[in-house]
Amino acid sequence: MSFTPDIQAFCCHYTSQQTVAEGREGLKNDGLPDSVTLNRLVCTGKLQVSALLKAFEDGADGVYVAGCPADECHNMKGSKRAAKRVQAVKRALKELGVEPERVEMYHLPRGFHMEFVEAAQEMDKRIKDLGPCPLKGENK
Amino acid sequence: MIVAERKPIDEILGMVQDAERILVLGCRGCVTVCSAGGEREVEILASLIRLGMKKQGKQVEIIEGSLVRQCDKEYIDGIDQWQGRYDIIISTACGVGVNFIANLRPTDRVYPALNTSFLGGSPEQGVWTEQCAGCGNCVLHLTGGLCPVARCAKSLMNGPCGGSVNGKCEINPQVECVWQSIHDRLGRLDNQEMMNDIMPIRDWSTAGHGGPRKTLRDDLTI
Ligand code: SF4
Ligand code: SF4
Repeated sequence: MSFTPDIQAFCCHYTSQQTVAEGREGLKNDGLPDSVTLNRLVCTGKLQVSALLKAFEDGADGVYVAGCPADECHNMKGSKRAAKRVQAVKRALKELGVEPERVEMYHLPRGFHMEFVEAAQEMDKRIKDLGPCPLKGENK
Repeated sequence: MIVAERKPIDEILGMVQDAERILVLGCRGCVTVCSAGGEREVEILASLIRLGMKKQGKQVEIIEGSLVRQCDKEYIDGIDQWQGRYDIIISTACGVGVNFIANLRPTDRVYPALNTSFLGGSPEQGVWTEQCAGCGNCVLHLTGGLCPVARCAKSLMNGPCGGSVNGKCEINPQVECVWQSIHDRLGRLDNQEMMNDIMPIRDWSTAGHGGPRKTLRDDLTI
């Protein structure tokens, strides 16, 4: 059965500059999978656990956060905070009996880099392998 | 503050199994400060309950609310604003809050979302440690301000047991021996002779061993 996942990516202003410069089409040419929806934030440190959970409530099969390198965050500790919150969501998913790999933190270089697209491709592959998220209640 | 932490989500889902409408009710007192049951945690818990129930193929309607405190009658009355809109209340207050709702709302079903742990403080962000056990007969003036009731594993009153090693408690090398700390601190304060005073056998009736405690302030009652 073919399955097109719904993957929500939360990216900070700096790691996702590419998205503005190239636009969706440009990124697609670089290899960004269709399954990934980009949500831009001023800083990933602003992301709350509840926002990540909300993405799952809204039907996401996978969620990831792309922030600055841990020790080089434009806003000092923003991406470190985000990484902690991603960990909290991993624990929550585990508690709910769902694969914690459905949520991930990526620390990426700022500006134009292939890593930005590679992270999306990695999540696309991972979530396709895992299948639809059980939290959607569709298996019942 | 009163320090608490969220129960495992499985346990909470067990409480809400038969409910279709849930009021998740936070408290803006201690549990907000210790990040266990304030408005932010209510939002997270509501989300987890919805996701957990949806996984089981069930739909629930959740109201997210919070009160200034859940340990005062006047604030508990605030629950009236959601009257008729919930089957059960999941309280993210400490145990006092849950008791107060149960005391004051005889027909409401109320369940605890938290395990209430201890009276403590936060030495650094994200860490809380027990400091006082509410024994009702404070001895801190005799112990350099460090509590042997709450912070000594055996609640010893007259110096360390034989297991104290290098300032650590024999129950666990990660735990300070508070009697070593009391000794060192009294020394620094030039009060070490206080260690020679023998504390008499204690009357623990003020510590709850005489039944539930009550404080009445005649000057404040109306
Ligand atoms: S002696 Fe009693 S009241 Fe004083 S800090 Fe210890 S437990 Fe609390
Ligand atoms: S080692 Fe110190 S803290 Fe531990 S039980 Fe003995 S006296 Fe109490």
